[in-house]
Amino acid sequence: MSSAQLPILQVIVPLLAAPLCLLINHKLLNWLFTLLVSGFSFVVAALMLWQVSDTGPLSYHLGGWMPPYGIEIRVDQLNAFVALLITAISTLVITSAHTSLENKKDIAPGKHTYFYVAYLLCFAGLLGILVTGDAFNLFVFLEISSLSSYVLIALGRDRRALWASFQYLVMGTIGATFILIGIGLLYMKTGTLNIADLAERLPEMADTRTIFVAFCFFIVGVCLKLALFPLHMWLPNAYAYAPTVVTAFLAASSTKVALYVVVRFVFVVFGVDFSFTTIPLQAVFVTLGTLGVLVASLVAINQQNIKRMLAYSSIAQIGYMVLGLSFGSITGLMASLLHLFNHALMKGALFLTLGAVFYRIGGVSLKHFQGIGRHMPFTLAAFVIGGVSIIGMPLTVGFVSKWYLLQAAIAQGWYLVSVIILVGSLLSVIYIWKVVDAAYFKPALVNQAQLKEAPLSLLIPVWVLVLANLYFGMDTRLTVTLTDQVATQLMHIEVLP
Amino acid sequence: MLSGIYGLLSASLFVVLDAVDVAFTEAAVGAGISTILMLTTLAITGRYELSRPSIRTRIGLLLVLVIGVLLIYGTLGMPYFGMPENPANGHVAAYYLENTEQQIGIPNYVTAVLASYRGFDTFGELVVVFTAGVAVLALLPHSRDGFVVDDMQPMKHHLILRITSKLLLPFILLFALYVQFHGDFGPGGGFQAGVIFAAAIILYSMLYGLENAMQVISFPVIRFCAALGVLLYGSVGIVSMLKGGNFLDYSVLLETPVAGQHLGILLIEFGVGLTVAAVMVCVFFTFTGSVVSPAKSARVVAARDGEKTQGAP
Repeated sequence: MSSAQLPILQVIVPLLAAPLCLLINHKLLNWLFTLLVSGFSFVVAALMLWQVSDTGPLSYHLGGWMPPYGIEIRVDQLNAFVALLITAISTLVITSAHTSLENKKDIAPGKHTYFYVAYLLCFAGLLGILVTGDAFNLFVFLEISSLSSYVLIALGRDRRALWASFQYLVMGTIGATFILIGIGLLYMKTGTLNIADLAERLPEMADTRTIFVAFCFFIVGVCLKLALFPLHMWLPNAYAYAPTVVTAFLAASSTKVALYVVVRFVFVVFGVDFSFTTIPLQAVFVTLGTLGVLVASLVAINQQNIKRMLAYSSIAQIGYMVLGLSFGSITGLMASLLHLFNHALMKGALFLTLGAVFYRIGGVSLKHFQGIGRHMPFTLAAFVIGGVSIIGMPLTVGFVSKWYLLQAAIAQGWYLVSVIILVGSLLSVIYIWKVVDAAYFKPALVNQAQLKEAPLSLLIPVWVLVLANLYFGMDTRLTVTLTDQVATQLMHIEVLP
Repeated sequence: MLSGIYGLLSASLFVVLDAVDVAFTEAAVGAGISTILMLTTLAITGRYELSRPSIRTRIGLLLVLVIGVLLIYGTLGMPYFGMPENPANGHVAAYYLENTEQQIGIPNYVTAVLASYRGFDTFGELVVVFTAGVAVLALLPHSRDGFVVDDMQPMKHHLILRITSKLLLPFILLFALYVQFHGDFGPGGGFQAGVIFAAAIILYSMLYGLENAMQVISFPVIRFCAALGVLLYGSVGIVSMLKGGNFLDYSVLLETPVAGQHLGILLIEFGVGLTVAAVMVCVFFTFTGSVVSPAKSARVVAARDGEKTQGAP
């Protein structure tokens, strides 16, 4: 198997690892196996990104059939970039999973095998969505990743996890059905499912009502998955009651993949021309993006459960990303992609920190955080840096993406929007400060005589992510060049006749 | 009940539209298995009606109306139904019709598209089924190798049902195998066959009790089969990679491409059938395993009350 097989390995290795995991059925071996698979996927993603940057898009023909007749896997810089991010986060999350799941409050004993199977399925599904070049294939992988994430969320020990998962299931199924309707209508008008082929054939019939309806259904469906305000209702509960490792993984990956799908379809399949002139997508995205930032940040301030608070903060960050898309400019798109990357780093770090706190204290309410700053200095320091990054202070990644977002807004002359971006940052100062205040300045409530620093297996992934937050905040060459190239390519597509 | 009728009606609709394979699946899954599973769910959870329309239901109704109108609006731009020059009949579909005979060599073009041209989608769908099985296993309580089967009485008093179904069972199983291995030539294939096979086992367990059924097929075996089907499908793909082709390129499996396609389709359909049957049976077993019979739930309540009265003083 030569390097030509890389694109398929990205998907099928985790996909086939899942049933194998069910057969292994041993706690420690399953963990090692999942870690190995995740690490391998990371290497594959890195090799692919390197290859794509070198030689241009990779196309892999499944079953040896030429696209559009067969299914194509198509990797360009955009999806290789997101795949690298997802596999990296997954590897770090899985590193801490074994210790984190030891905690009986997080997941029922005896369910570990199912956790790893569902995790691998979800991971494979997300990677499948990323690399595939076929619209229906994308839907199939969306189903795999959604179904398995319902399982992962419902594995939470809290009884409300089941209800949260059910809520997500209903919303997610509606979203998936909408996406399917959209794809079906597209197929009816074009006779093809291949994404590149669709992009080529759509402009001829862009003015028909069917395509308009297809666009609406598809975008609304994906936005349900993306948890764009006001379609976010499933997210806070799902994140709050899922096991902590699951929250960390989903927060850093699943909404990012949904955003990727939006970018792919708005900018490539339908084209900027259609999305922004035929359909008032700009107005819709600006309104929902800014509202999302404001409302979700305000709600986050009032949360007592830190997991819920960060979940609302995620919705606000999704608002920023969508706002970046709405500008329809290269800088805006760049800001959006940068924020996609950066937000995964910050939220990954923060949720994993919560995992460490949960492991020691058994809860993540504001009152659980009281006075633990002295006992768990490394964990809390990680939280502070992650929080500062959310706020968007210089020297962290949060600053980089917000900087580009502001630039894009000012370039368009939308001063109100830039003010809202700043207000959103100020609001995040408040909710992050509440945690810092509780952890460092409040007296301890619980008996903390035996309270120790979190174990190393939890701290290492957290600190890798925290250092990544700082590193990519200071040395922006890699991310900025990459997103710049991707954004230019995406915007360039519509210039072609 | 209504959902069963709905399934059957839509199956007939598919027949009218000349989509026999889809109709077959819909009849087996929509009208068959999902109705049974729905009834079992009702048996687990109990039911009650909420009759008061609230503001939320009104908003829901409004949303549904908006979506319905949007869908109808979308139909206005659609090409006329069944015209040969429609895009859906021209571009890719025409290629399949022209080349299946020569490239794959089987008369059922639907199977050719499903298993070979778009075999990766089918693999994905199989994994979806597998995921559903994992979901049920992960979330419903069951012990490591089975369930604590409580004293649910199988239908001992339905003599006629028991005898006739005993007569029917071998034929159902045989028909499942026919559908499985005849999928290349007539309508059918792994999905339908798996469901029919599972239906036979479900029928048996409904009439003779879960315990008897589990003596025929034990729980770990089902779990093993569910994983094995997916692995079989995947390993066909891996083998074709090792033989120098792309993933799921059956042409390289044997000397001539057509023979390779035949072998590949046979193997992956078998994998599909295995997983689908195993998952269906597994879902049914887990559901019925969680049904609490009235006698047992009375006992549980009594035990809980006992605890309360003990704790009170």
